[in-house]
Amino acid sequence: MRDLAVPMVGDRTDAGGGALTPHLPLMPLRVRGLGYRAGGRALIDELDLDLSVSGITMVLGPNGAGKSLLLRLLHGLIAPTTGTISWGGLPLSREVRARQALVFQKPVLLRRSVGENLDFVLRLRGATGTGRRDQLLEQVGLLHLAKQPARLLSGGEQQRLSLARALATEPDVLLLDEPTASLDPASVQTIEAIVREAGRRGVRAVFVTHDIGQARRLGDDVVFMHRGRVAEHAASKVFFESPASEAARDFMAGRIVL
Amino acid sequence: MRAKSIVFRLLDLHLPAFRKFCIFTPETEQGLCILHDFAESFRLAFALVVSGDRDLYEIILLSVQVSLTALLASCIIGFALGTLVALTRFPGRGLVIVLFNTFMGLPPVVVGLLVYLTLSRAGPLGTLGLLYTPAAMVIAQTILITPIIAALSRQIVEDLFGEYDELFRSLSVPVHQAMAAVLWDARYSLITVALAGFGRAIAEVGAVMIVGGNIDHLTRVMTTAIALETSKGDLALALALGIVLLAISMAVNAAALSLSSTAARQAYA
Repeated sequence: MRDLAVPMVGDRTDAGGGALTPHLPLMPLRVRGLGYRAGGRALIDELDLDLSVSGITMVLGPNGAGKSLLLRLLHGLIAPTTGTISWGGLPLSREVRARQALVFQKPVLLRRSVGENLDFVLRLRGATGTGRRDQLLEQVGLLHLAKQPARLLSGGEQQRLSLARALATEPDVLLLDEPTASLDPASVQTIEAIVREAGRRGVRAVFVTHDIGQARRLGDDVVFMHRGRVAEHAASKVFFESPASEAARDFMAGRIVL
Repeated sequence: MRAKSIVFRLLDLHLPAFRKFCIFTPETEQGLCILHDFAESFRLAFALVVSGDRDLYEIILLSVQVSLTALLASCIIGFALGTLVALTRFPGRGLVIVLFNTFMGLPPVVVGLLVYLTLSRAGPLGTLGLLYTPAAMVIAQTILITPIIAALSRQIVEDLFGEYDELFRSLSVPVHQAMAAVLWDARYSLITVALAGFGRAIAEVGAVMIVGGNIDHLTRVMTTAIALETSKGDLALALALGIVLLAISMAVNAAALSLSSTAARQAYA
């Protein structure tokens, strides 16, 4: 495995998950010995991972490799069986999670209008008025649908709304769980543009996908997962030119990876 | 037997023919009376409603007042209990859910009896002097419909919260805001639950008869009046009241259907 050189901030695990002031960086991410077992099976197995301060990391791998599970573990939606996750030297806590945003593969939208879905999050973050809401809707091309029931939107529109909602929280880290799965090319293009733009504005993105082309287009670095472990982690260019692991080579060649 | 079956077939086909047939058939005399009462009752019901009969409106008004008050109390208690059980985990939660579901089918006369024993002079709340008052009827109806509202709202809130759970955790939504959001988003379904509770309350007779006593101008409601008129043999008036009761019930159901349709149309459901 070729780990990227990651600039690490001094170990601050003694902070004990206490109040996290906004100016403290949430990156780099350090994961050590992460394990998650369910039904007697190790779904994530002794996983180590370091992510640098900036960029877009693509998590690539075949179905069942544990990509989505890893994202949920990193976000603290499920607790690991073993191992540690440290964000900017801090353990996972409610405060850490509040500075991340997760976009689910299947959009979870409130039974409200498009605008009200954003209002809900903006109010949580203490925002008032409709200025920011309209700005976000404009950004994802949904301003003209602000009053439509969110659940009547197309799949691509729903995912764009999910992304706008995630950005409404002004996250330091954006976690995306196959947000373009089963979407039409135009929607994929729009979502990739939004993620790229967020990355340019300093949002750290971790993007799960099984689409090699997408990983090529977006990724600064690629984490290739296989059987619940990180089989390879390399800069995007290096990974696509000469994948080191056999599983990654098979995956890239379109062979079935078990 | 043969004549009877012909009568019922004619009943389905043509009313005057049935009447004509019945005159010559002693065996169907009773059937004629019943049919006559049906026809008469519709006319009477309409006449009663349009005449502005004070007694009738008093009975209708009291029925609606008692049931609406019971509904309000039940919604406050039932929605709170349902939401609490839906969103929290505690030992014995399964038993609470089973009890909610079981009590949905509480026999009204049993509830009436228990409220009667509680409110009677020798009972623990006898000093309040509530027996044979509309308040006693409200208490009985509240006990009857609270489990319905609690059980159905628990299921609705739990299902919706299951959908939202990961999103709320991801956004670190405080518990009270999560509860408010779920209740708001489930409002159409919860209003339908409330309407179901109202339907059950206004159609109930056993409990209100026991604790209200069916006292004229005091505790007489539509269902107890129907029971009384039936026992007196004034079937037409009883049926007329029944038609008014059915009309209210239909209006409630139409409102529920309309709400469901609105919710579905707006994809909120």
